[in-house]
Amino acid sequence: MPRVHLTSRNRTAVQTLLESMSLPPLDDLIACPHCDTLHIERALPEGGSARCVRCGIVLVTRRSDALVQMVSLACAAVILMMAAISFPFLDINAAGFTNETSVLSAIMAFSSGNGVPVAIAVALFIIVLPLTRLLALIYAVGPLVLGHKPRPGARIAFAMTEQLRPWAMAEIFMVGVAVALVKITGMAQVTIGPAFWAFVTLVIITIFNDRIMSRYTVWKALDLTSRD
Amino acid sequence: MRCKRCHGPIRSRDTESLQKVWAWLVAGIIAFIPANIYPMLLTSTLFDRSEQTIIGGVIELVHYGSYGIAAIVFIASIMIPVGKFIAIAYLAWAVQHRSSRNQHQRHKLYDVVEFIGRWSMIDVFVVAILSALVQLNAVATINPGIAALSFGLSVIFTMLSALAFDPRLIWDEEEPVRHD
Repeated sequence: MPRVHLTSRNRTAVQTLLESMSLPPLDDLIACPHCDTLHIERALPEGGSARCVRCGIVLVTRRSDALVQMVSLACAAVILMMAAISFPFLDINAAGFTNETSVLSAIMAFSSGNGVPVAIAVALFIIVLPLTRLLALIYAVGPLVLGHKPRPGARIAFAMTEQLRPWAMAEIFMVGVAVALVKITGMAQVTIGPAFWAFVTLVIITIFNDRIMSRYTVWKALDLTSRD
Repeated sequence: MRCKRCHGPIRSRDTESLQKVWAWLVAGIIAFIPANIYPMLLTSTLFDRSEQTIIGGVIELVHYGSYGIAAIVFIASIMIPVGKFIAIAYLAWAVQHRSSRNQHQRHKLYDVVEFIGRWSMIDVFVVAILSALVQLNAVATINPGIAALSFGLSVIFTMLSALAFDPRLIWDEEEPVRHD
């Protein structure tokens, strides 16, 4: 069977054909965030999920507790972040000298020279941006979970959590820590502090939350609650 | 026009996309040069002072026998950035030359570039941790070198370059008619 290809000759013809076909209302269409394939939304059974027919990514999951789970994980992550930046992260001991670092003091320690921009970048990528994402998510989705109307700017806040995703690099920082530990073990004795484990847990929770987070569910919930 | 859901701007195509891509890419490549020439780490111990470049750090790790970690650092700091420069340049070049070949593969390549770019930051974080931790007065101190800064900038510039690329441009050329 010959396939229809869009050439400049038949492009207008295809366009008029598309326009004459009755497309469902825009609100019922879902475009796959990965490959832009258009799908028509169907009501899903509780606990069900729908995948893109072309690339297989999860489009919609229907779990009544999805939003609750998202917000509670985000709250847990914020608390862990507080612990991770204030408790001792790593202790080093060499020839009688010791140095104890928390993430916060590590950033404060740079006060001159090349360290300043590096410290600012590290602070942004591993503390400020991840924290902003978490707080924006709680701000946008939290009121919905409690049954309130969304706060002003909830949409902007949620759009921001999505846009900041590539710039929050806590998990990359953990790989960096692993490399640094290997480099240093020949030189000195290193003890791992409680903040290290808080950070590991934080990274795992964040990755898990980003995985289960269904953008579509959040937007739908924001649409429904702001309508009435 | 704005999206009625998230109020973000909507455009059919970003007409300045390629201009931004090339500009950030050139900035990224320029910053990558000093990142490899100048030292990343300045180590001073009781007896000597040493400076270590990115490649120097990888070689040292190999000497210690930590091949896995050496591979991670090498891949993250050399292979991924260079691969990314080539990939982005190819994507932009192909769009400019109105290529209609390998559209699916090019889109996949774009996805990979976008996903993998941030992992280059590993080495900057290593430097940050080492220099915060190893401050033992006379015994040993580690400080970040100028390369840490330029490497970090190079990664940020290339991430911005990848984000500026509008992947829909890949699909704008007509697919050649296949007789199958």
